Amino acid sequence: MRFMSIVTSAHSGPPTAELIEAMNKLADREIKAGRMLDMGGLTPVAMGAQVRIANGQLSVIDGPFVEAKEVIGGYAIMEFRNKEEAVASAVEFMQLHKDFMPGWEGTCEVRAFAGP
Amino acid sequence: MTAADAHRAILAVWRIEQPRLITSLARMLRDVPLAEELTQDTLLAALERWPATGVPEKPGAWLMLTAKRRALDHLRRGRMLERKHEIIALDMETEQQAMPDFDSVLDDDIGDELLRLIFTACHPLLSREARAALALRMICGLTTEEIARAFLLPDAAIAQRIVRAKRTLSESGLTYETPSGEELSKRLSSVLEVVYLIFNEGYTATRGHDWLRPQLCNEALRMGRVLASLAPHEPEVHGLLALMELNASRTAARTDAAGEPILMLDQNRALWDQLQIQRGIRALQRTRELSGTGGFYTLQAAIVACHAQAKTADDTDWSSIAGLYAELTMLVSSPIIELNRAVAVGMAEGPEAGLSIVDRLMREPALKGYHLLPSVRGDLLRKLGRCEEARAAFEAAAALADNRREHDLLRRRAAEAAGAPAPRRPL
Repeated sequence: MRFMSIVTSAHSGPPTAELIEAMNKLADREIKAGRMLDMGGLTPVAMGAQVRIANGQLSVIDGPFVEAKEVIGGYAIMEFRNKEEAVASAVEFMQLHKDFMPGWEGTCEVRAFAGP
Repeated sequence: MTAADAHRAILAVWRIEQPRLITSLARMLRDVPLAEELTQDTLLAALERWPATGVPEKPGAWLMLTAKRRALDHLRRGRMLERKHEIIALDMETEQQAMPDFDSVLDDDIGDELLRLIFTACHPLLSREARAALALRMICGLTTEEIARAFLLPDAAIAQRIVRAKRTLSESGLTYETPSGEELSKRLSSVLEVVYLIFNEGYTATRGHDWLRPQLCNEALRMGRVLASLAPHEPEVHGLLALMELNASRTAARTDAAGEPILMLDQNRALWDQLQIQRGIRALQRTRELSGTGGFYTLQAAIVACHAQAKTADDTDWSSIAGLYAELTMLVSSPIIELNRAVAVGMAEGPEAGLSIVDRLMREPALKGYHLLPSVRGDLLRKLGRCEEARAAFEAAAALADNRREHDLLRRRAAEAAGAPAPRRPL
């Protein structure tokens, strides 16, 4: 089963060097384990844009977005046997944040791809 | 959380660590079957403890500590029994490196060890079936029950197969090392053969519950990706990975809503998985960079890539495919590959050219009972307007087809070739 893990956080600052190093090691291990298909970090939301439909009106809004609280920082697309494995992997990933960036808060959402 | 949920959650955590556990123990013990057994014991320990204590904050370190303690116990017992042997020095050394460093779980690069393990599990000394079971167990961390379900065999049969394979490995006195030189390519082909066997078992399955079968494809793909990162300079490793990624990319398009198979040229290409196709094409690109485009898997991958990159069935580059089949025939002489070449030549150069290859194959004893030979022949004859001969060929093909659905299809094609209305299907 293919899963996408999406990390969201209200923190806007960059990760600590220690966290980056740990995440790189984890990513390397996941690539070598054949589970990692694709991944990426996203630039700050201020540099993005939103194309929105509200009240029947389509509008394009450039960042920053004042109302945005938790924003997406990055994602990974990975292949797992089941949801339990996807969750175990996300727990390990988030534990790194706990260990190497104390005070950071956020969410890693784990979602299976639709389809066969 | 039910007990079954907890079990699955623990199994999931264990599986992340399983390759590191088994390779560490194999290095300590120099005994792969024993390392595998103790790695399984570690899972049992976790299943016993964690439901009560909860999953530890650093499950990897817990599992490694438990595994290494068991291995040390084993070595100590051995030392008591065979005091005279000079393994004491080795033991002291092992003991020093045995205790895991809790902070450096991610620092271990187990690449070389894992490769050595793969070579051992897929040793040519073992039968293909035994290698497949052992690889799924030792490299993918599947349980006996899961392997049995995947191969639609009773648990006991797989358990037996694994026990025998492990005994063969133990008794063979094999050295636990990565082969090199000429030995490497022989051993590597033994590994690739097993990975491809596992993939095909899932991909061409016609028996059993469908939902179990894609799992085998995924296990094989995962092993293929592992090999591509561990042995990045071997073109055939990338060739096999490309072949599997490209074939797997069609999974969603291969069957209709009722589960009936749809032939490739009739498939809805919008359902082909583009991410997977890209991965396959990239792997194929690697074989070119390594100047290794002439291998068995790479050539097949290149053929599938021609299909994957054609926007419609009519855009298919049949002359490239015919050329690749010709190369493949030179590499492994097989009348079935030659028959495939005939189809491609028939599409690229016209039915006459295809037919001349097929007519030569009619004298091939290995294809005597093979229904696709007269079926392909009928198709080519029909395109040439030789309807009566086409009808006879389809009739001959129908008589040879075991599968009822295929039999009926061929009978219908025979009737169409004769210009008569299709006969009603027998009830």
